Amino acid sequence: MSPGKKLKVATASLAGCFGCHMSLLDIDERLFTLLERVELDRSPLTDLKVLSACDLGLIEGGLCNAENVEVLRLFRARCKVLVAVGACAINGGLPAQRNHLDVRECLTKVYGEGSVPNDPELPLPLDQVHPISDVVRVDYFLPGCPPSAEVLWQFLTDLLDGRTPKPGAGLIAYD
Amino acid sequence: MTTPASKTRRIAIDPLTRVEGHGKVTLLLDEHAHVTQARLHVVEFRGFERFIEGRPYWEVPVMVQRLCGICPVSHHLAASKALDAVVGAAPVSPTADRVRRLMHYGQVLQSHALHFFHLASPDLLFGFDAAPERRSIAALAAELPEVARQGVLLRRFGQECIRLTAGKRVHGTGSVPGGVNKAVTPAERAALKADLPQVLAFAREGVARIAELYGARRAELEAFGTAPSGLLSLVGRDGRLELYDGVLRARDAHGAVLLDGVDPARYREHIAEGVKSWSYMKFPYLVSRGPDSGSYKVGPLARLQNCDFIHTPLAEAERAAFVAEHGGRPVHAPLAYHHARLIELLHAAEVIGELLDDPDLSGDDLLRKGPRATEGVGVIEAPRGTLIHHYRVSPDDLVTHCNLIVSTTHNNQPMNDAIREVARTHLDGHEPTEGLLNHLEVAIRAFDPCLSCASHALGQMPLHVEVRGPGGALLGSRTKESRG
Ligand code: SF4
Repeated sequence: MSPGKKLKVATASLAGCFGCHMSLLDIDERLFTLLERVELDRSPLTDLKVLSACDLGLIEGGLCNAENVEVLRLFRARCKVLVAVGACAINGGLPAQRNHLDVRECLTKVYGEGSVPNDPELPLPLDQVHPISDVVRVDYFLPGCPPSAEVLWQFLTDLLDGRTPKPGAGLIAYD
Repeated sequence: MTTPASKTRRIAIDPLTRVEGHGKVTLLLDEHAHVTQARLHVVEFRGFERFIEGRPYWEVPVMVQRLCGICPVSHHLAASKALDAVVGAAPVSPTADRVRRLMHYGQVLQSHALHFFHLASPDLLFGFDAAPERRSIAALAAELPEVARQGVLLRRFGQECIRLTAGKRVHGTGSVPGGVNKAVTPAERAALKADLPQVLAFAREGVARIAELYGARRAELEAFGTAPSGLLSLVGRDGRLELYDGVLRARDAHGAVLLDGVDPARYREHIAEGVKSWSYMKFPYLVSRGPDSGSYKVGPLARLQNCDFIHTPLAEAERAAFVAEHGGRPVHAPLAYHHARLIELLHAAEVIGELLDDPDLSGDDLLRKGPRATEGVGVIEAPRGTLIHHYRVSPDDLVTHCNLIVSTTHNNQPMNDAIREVARTHLDGHEPTEGLLNHLEVAIRAFDPCLSCASHALGQMPLHVEVRGPGGALLGSRTKESRG
């Protein structure tokens, strides 16, 4: 990415807990520096609901339902660079703990026999939680649960300055 | 499907934005643009309650916080409190109690700051139907940089309280069944104390700003999305506002006390949950009132009106002013949540100040244990309201049962009532513009819902699901018969 230009950045939370978004906000006052250099597009932090062509897409969370898959495909189609942010996007994370369980049995257990929610407005759940790289090509993976604000800051400033992002040794934690 | 009559139009606000978690709102309009239905759907499912079963109990406080990245500490602590009973450590040591309280009040402070400054404030500062580009933290930073800066610094302070007690800002490990694994050092205490005067000043400015905004548009905001319901929260044993540990109190819509002094471990005798086919979020109600009239609000607005007093002076003065301003009658206006929330933020800053002066914060009695029990209930006032964790643990240390009632779930019926009310008064008969639709989100946002927390259950109807790779290759598919 060429240095100096305002980047268009979109973010999404799929089957994640928003902790990765919180970690991004944990850059604290550097947020204002970042906002001078990037323009936020579709994101839970804005009211822009339609995704435009973006330079960078940050994806938090894995895939737990059909809607996640749809949103992810859209992000891949419209974002030049797509990043899997955090354990959930990379390998499903904690929500993937349900993968060894039978979905039907879980539902009945939680809602009771005969009263499990079922409505056209509710997206089809997948029987397994998938990493996002199962469905689209991913350009970068940022591990951590969540990746720390330092990692995210280093990564974003590297990209903004036109360098290949290389979060330095000791920054990345695989929690 | 969703369009029963040919003239019926369906409008969806999807995804809901500037709220945490995954949800959408749908409206059905008839041919005259009359709203025939307005619903808030929680569209995600998780299954935490189910997959926690079979795990060793000591993993639970670290696992369950992954329900929510905005209020992980609430789950971390509610689980720890429930499991304190299991390891026979209730009450925990004074040091563990203070460290956990610092973590919790830090969390309340950061979450309330995030909600008001980063997420909701553009609605109030720029107008409900401002251009969508203006309704974000980026616009706030550009147009009102000092307000944005104060929000960021308030949140930073709360996150630092969490980091110094939990080890990490998001998903730390500081609290464990029976206590904590680290106290606060004198140097850490001093670092936080140095920031406190500024935090208190910003918090007071925040309350003054919202009081002024609200006061200037009182009649309009008071009516916006307002629907009566009961109120539920923990209160201290002496009736004070208490967010970490207390007894359950509930009032009816007029303020009459329905329940008081209830041991939180007996929540099941008083709270039941209904299920509706169109949302993964359940609908709790007070057993004594039944499913049709037993709904209640939780969170800042409920707490502020449920307690008898606040023990910290600055917040108490604001609470008294709030009550007086409304003539002592219970307020049900969703937008009054903002005012209550900022008063609580100020209270959290004051409590943090007290804790930083408390010698027990730095003791070395961290962990206790005693006779084992097989069951524990932990109830805490999370930023968004009453949070209930309930576990049973077998003698070989594995969790055999888990029940969670998260804060946002309690507000499910009130949020649905609020959007119905907004739809009825603002949208009915009008062509729904983007700005009008944002009115619905403004009402939902006021409750500060955490739909991420609220989606802990699993969904039905996996009919036929295919997952294809980047090249279109089929990676997995599964077909099940429908029960619908
Ligand atoms: S990686 Fe961790 S912090 Fe990020 S969404 Fe998943 S659980 Fe939350």
